[in-house]
Amino acid sequence: MKSSVIIFPGSNCDRDMDVALKKFGFKNKMVWHNDNVIPKSDLVVLPGGFSYGDYLRCGSIAAKSNIINSVIEFANKGGLVIGICNGFQILIETGLVTGALLRNKYLKFICKNIFVKANKTQNKYFNKIKKDILELHIAHNDGNYFCSKDDLKSMQDNDQIAVRYCDSNGEISEKSNPNGSIQNIAGVFNKKKNILGMMPHPERVIDNCLSSNDGSHFFKNLLTNMK
Amino acid sequence: MKIKVIVTPKNGVLDPQGKAIQQTLYSMNFIDVSEVRQGKYFEIETNLKDEKDAKKNVEDMCKKLLANLVIEDYKIL
Repeated sequence: MKSSVIIFPGSNCDRDMDVALKKFGFKNKMVWHNDNVIPKSDLVVLPGGFSYGDYLRCGSIAAKSNIINSVIEFANKGGLVIGICNGFQILIETGLVTGALLRNKYLKFICKNIFVKANKTQNKYFNKIKKDILELHIAHNDGNYFCSKDDLKSMQDNDQIAVRYCDSNGEISEKSNPNGSIQNIAGVFNKKKNILGMMPHPERVIDNCLSSNDGSHFFKNLLTNMK
Repeated sequence: MKIKVIVTPKNGVLDPQGKAIQQTLYSMNFIDVSEVRQGKYFEIETNLKDEKDAKKNVEDMCKKLLANLVIEDYKIL
């Protein structure tokens, strides 16, 4: 399977993502934001970081990059697109996924491991994943997911809520909500579920020598589902 | 010509920064302040000569870049 990771000025999780994708068997290419065309890919990843220094709104400038038109075209044809953290913010600013990411409720940059429950139905990202609760890492200042009541209802009706923050027992509550996101939402799909935007970083937890190895389940499962 | 734009969080959208400012003002004895909403202010120099055209153009900029209409409102001054 071929993947492409887009690098924006200020991306800083691009190489972690490259290492993770290669570790689990993807043939990955790094793609510069100023390019016009994505190399032939089965998966496109918008990585985490601080593209354009988070100027204006996080992800808003990157969402107007040259490469974004081909990312949108790829996504509209049903191609798999993941946006992690700043990548999620960029997806939001392109309009490929619904909602907005506000400043964290308690105004703190949060950098820690958290637990999430993933939506396993009819999507290539989490379908058949064996663990119910994943321990992933978050590192963000603006991850407080927000959308209008109508949008929330429509996303719930379409089963588009991809990932929700929970505690180690899987309980989804205000206590396990790190940043004030409505409904503890940590990630969402588009309607067709080929696009996934989420704040947690699976690429940061892909080895037993790290604080968690649950990112491995994500990548292995995705690759299996793509074959 | 200079066009001025103000972008503010929509009513009902949480504004943690505004809230922190309000709480700080309160602790500074500005106890009459019940709410603060923080926004952004832009000054846009344009070469267009007609004010109506310029404002129409800036409106387009607001919709496409300067504001995120999911969470923000804009006002062209």
